[in-house]
Amino acid sequence: MKKIEINPITRLEGHGKIAIFLDDAGNVDDAFFQTVEFRGYEKFLQGMPMEEVPRTVSTICGVCRGVHFTASMKASDGVFGVTPTSTGRKLREMYFNAHYIEDHAVILYALGFPDFVVGPEASPAERNIIGLIGKVGAEIGREVLRKRGLAVKIFEMLGGKPNHPVAALPGGWSKRLTEEERVQVAGWADELVELGKLTLQVFDNVVLKNEAYMKLVTGDMYKVPVNYMGSVDEKGRVTYYDGTQKVIDLNGREVGTFTGKGYLDFISERVLPWSYLKFPYQKKMGPWSGITEGEGTNMYCVGPLARMNVGNGMDTPLAQAAYEQFHETFNSRPVHYIQAYHWARAIELLSAAEKLKILAADPEITSPDTVNQNYAITGEGVGIIEAPRGTLIHHYQTDDKGIVTNANLIVATTHNNGPINLAVKKAAKHFIKDGQVNEGLLNYVEMAFRPYDLCLACATHTVTGGVPLKIEIFESDGTLREELSNF
Amino acid sequence: MADKIKFAFLLAGGCAGCEMALVDLSENLLDALEHIEVVFWAPTVADVKYKDLEAMADKSIDLAFVDGMVRLSEHEHMVRVLRAKSKILVAFGACASLGGIPGMANIHTNDELFKQAYKDTFSTENPDGVYPQPQYFLDGKYDLTLPAFQDKVRTIQDLVEVDYYVGGCPPHHSFVAKAVEAIVTGNLPPKGSWLTSGKAVCDVCKRNPANEELERLPVETVKRTVDGMPEEKGCLLQHGFVCLGPITQGDCGASCLNVNMPCRGCGGPIPGIKDYGARAVSAIGSILGSEAATDSLLEKFPVLSKLVYRYSLPASRLKSNVR
Amino acid sequence: MDFSPNIVGFACQWCTYAGADLAGNLRCKYPPTIKLIRVPCSGRVEPEYVLEALSRGADGVFVGGCHFGDCHYKEGNYKTDRRMKMIKKIVQEFGYEPERFRWEWISGAEGKKFAEVMTEYTEELRKLGPNPVKEGGK
Repeated sequence: MKKIEINPITRLEGHGKIAIFLDDAGNVDDAFFQTVEFRGYEKFLQGMPMEEVPRTVSTICGVCRGVHFTASMKASDGVFGVTPTSTGRKLREMYFNAHYIEDHAVILYALGFPDFVVGPEASPAERNIIGLIGKVGAEIGREVLRKRGLAVKIFEMLGGKPNHPVAALPGGWSKRLTEEERVQVAGWADELVELGKLTLQVFDNVVLKNEAYMKLVTGDMYKVPVNYMGSVDEKGRVTYYDGTQKVIDLNGREVGTFTGKGYLDFISERVLPWSYLKFPYQKKMGPWSGITEGEGTNMYCVGPLARMNVGNGMDTPLAQAAYEQFHETFNSRPVHYIQAYHWARAIELLSAAEKLKILAADPEITSPDTVNQNYAITGEGVGIIEAPRGTLIHHYQTDDKGIVTNANLIVATTHNNGPINLAVKKAAKHFIKDGQVNEGLLNYVEMAFRPYDLCLACATHTVTGGVPLKIEIFESDGTLREELSNF
Repeated sequence: MADKIKFAFLLAGGCAGCEMALVDLSENLLDALEHIEVVFWAPTVADVKYKDLEAMADKSIDLAFVDGMVRLSEHEHMVRVLRAKSKILVAFGACASLGGIPGMANIHTNDELFKQAYKDTFSTENPDGVYPQPQYFLDGKYDLTLPAFQDKVRTIQDLVEVDYYVGGCPPHHSFVAKAVEAIVTGNLPPKGSWLTSGKAVCDVCKRNPANEELERLPVETVKRTVDGMPEEKGCLLQHGFVCLGPITQGDCGASCLNVNMPCRGCGGPIPGIKDYGARAVSAIGSILGSEAATDSLLEKFPVLSKLVYRYSLPASRLKSNVR
Repeated sequence: MDFSPNIVGFACQWCTYAGADLAGNLRCKYPPTIKLIRVPCSGRVEPEYVLEALSRGADGVFVGGCHFGDCHYKEGNYKTDRRMKMIKKIVQEFGYEPERFRWEWISGAEGKKFAEVMTEYTEELRKLGPNPVKEGGK
């Protein structure tokens, strides 16, 4: 038995590694995606006032800068027994959609696109956002960065800091939007809609029109048939800030829906000794039966692709058109091809920009009535949102003063832990044959997790140049047998 | 054309927010890249692996940033490697310089942290009561290893010599630009200093009573932010909302105060402070007006360390949890 | 085996330090466990000093100031009281016995009280044993 380790896997947030085991013929016997981080938020939040939690949990992840903040803010509404004012809710949504735009933009341009635009087998030194800019041209690169920067400006305006926002109050928002600011945001929103269109265009030109890439996108090596979960609005459409959680099986049949504390009837997280990240599964679909795919599995995934599969459409016109094209192209629902995650992400970027535009034109958004402080502490709250990476659940219990006594967080990447393992194993088996391993091949394996847009920093809330690559292959007794390198 | 500065960025135990602060330079990032050659940026942005860093010559990197605290054996190893390879090492952001939010874990034992995450949480299922293991033989044949979880969150300076510190959670991108410029032009304070304007949050805060030539009065009523909406004008501390602005570096431009929220100290201590939390106690103690106000503060923030050391517990002079 | 605690004391020059002098003049007996540092006012004692002393292995830290209303600087000791309450809480949260830190109001006329407090505090710390920093603290 030989073991290959890719450490760290790159272009994700946080720390992970992949261990691949080869049999004596040099083919893949098994592969594992391991998360190597743990920080302990669920414990050390205890003893803090609930209203301080949003600005604290934001630091679970600096890329998903607004999601933990938003989910715990919604949970704090429950703890304090209030419904936000209409303006408070709209400000939260405005901020959240701005976050969607900048987050999806970063993920696509810095983490996902380089594999396609620069090429999956390009030199590792080139295969990053800087190489990407080299490929698409400095002009477009500069424009994308500038436009994404506008979303960050909205963030700072509403949230206080450009990252790790602070403006949460139970029942609303601590800052009022002035008319001047509203006009500014409306102008930026127009530009961000353009960014959404451009992003879909890039995906179209680079991936959809490239036969070799479409082979990857619709190939079995990147197909992971599992169940899906996402939020839908009252009309069954994809929604982000607030909705009903819907679970469908791998054939598209509805398993059930839930809100709030109902998550406990659907989801259990299994602890395995070889990862710091737990493995959730749908317990309505049977007891824990390991990390499996296909008929009978209770593994499920979340995120942009899951939302495209669960929702029956988008609530804005341009995104709806893109949604229809997406499903026409694949022509099979649910779509199990994980490279389609990137496409779904691009559609959502556009959708969030359209929503931002609508909110910025809403006269109510500048009302001074940003918070409802008629508090009546209930001692418990659950906040569920669709983060860019998928469903995020924050659940808190407090004492009668609103001091946290218990916390449970299930983040998007945790939901996807099982499917990511499946995807990595599948890609490894496909690309590594007869002991032939090189850096380009290994990147194909890494491409199996990038679509999920791993946020290991998030997932492990719970406890916490161009130099060629070397790969060490170990004998089963742990002695180093050989080193492969491409230099 | 002068040689480009060889730059490395390592994410230790942090959240990558500090790296996003660089990305948030937006189109200016491209201008910065004219002068900077990124030789290592893992695991977030570039496809360069740890081994590549280990293979570089000592002192071959001109400037290295580390963000995040040290929690795992892997973080420690990489920080030590990066130190050896770099001429200038910057502890970048609150976690690297002070321990950051995750540093609050140091009030708890590891067993408490693990038990909560892997046994007690509402949705956790762990029939065999297993915890993640540094080494595990799955099915008796797959040897799977994880970095060991160390018994404390540590700051970068706990391990290696740090040349400069930058505060903020994360540092504001406009300040990042200034800091990088200071480093590039060599316009630097003595080694071991914080890169900061040296001004406190109050100095740059629009709410400071001194701007109106008003006197500061003792505070009789302590408030949480749910005890009434923080107002748009006037010093929040004067209104009774505990604010750590007086002792925190104001390189953020008082950003939290701009949205009517009190400062929680992510910027790090203004110069001359050895222990942030203790000095916070000193400052708050000076402004409280009565016994009752003090008792009320202790009641409203029942775990005081999680207020005054919110971003800096591991950097306290006093080690927690020595059992 | 016979553990003798090390106490670092900060004493206000107007009251407690004078009280310690008086204890000497009165030939009061108290254990030689306290190392007194004279400060201009108990309000000058930064909570940082308390933590510093404990972190360097002091078994106990003592702060002495004037009675309320007697402060030479009017209100220094009120501020001391507020700070010390908070820092004691933190010492406790960090996992130390709260007895490792105490503060008392002892005037220049209370030499006997100073000796009694020192005797009592030494005994208390003797029972508590050494500061855990010295064994397990890294």
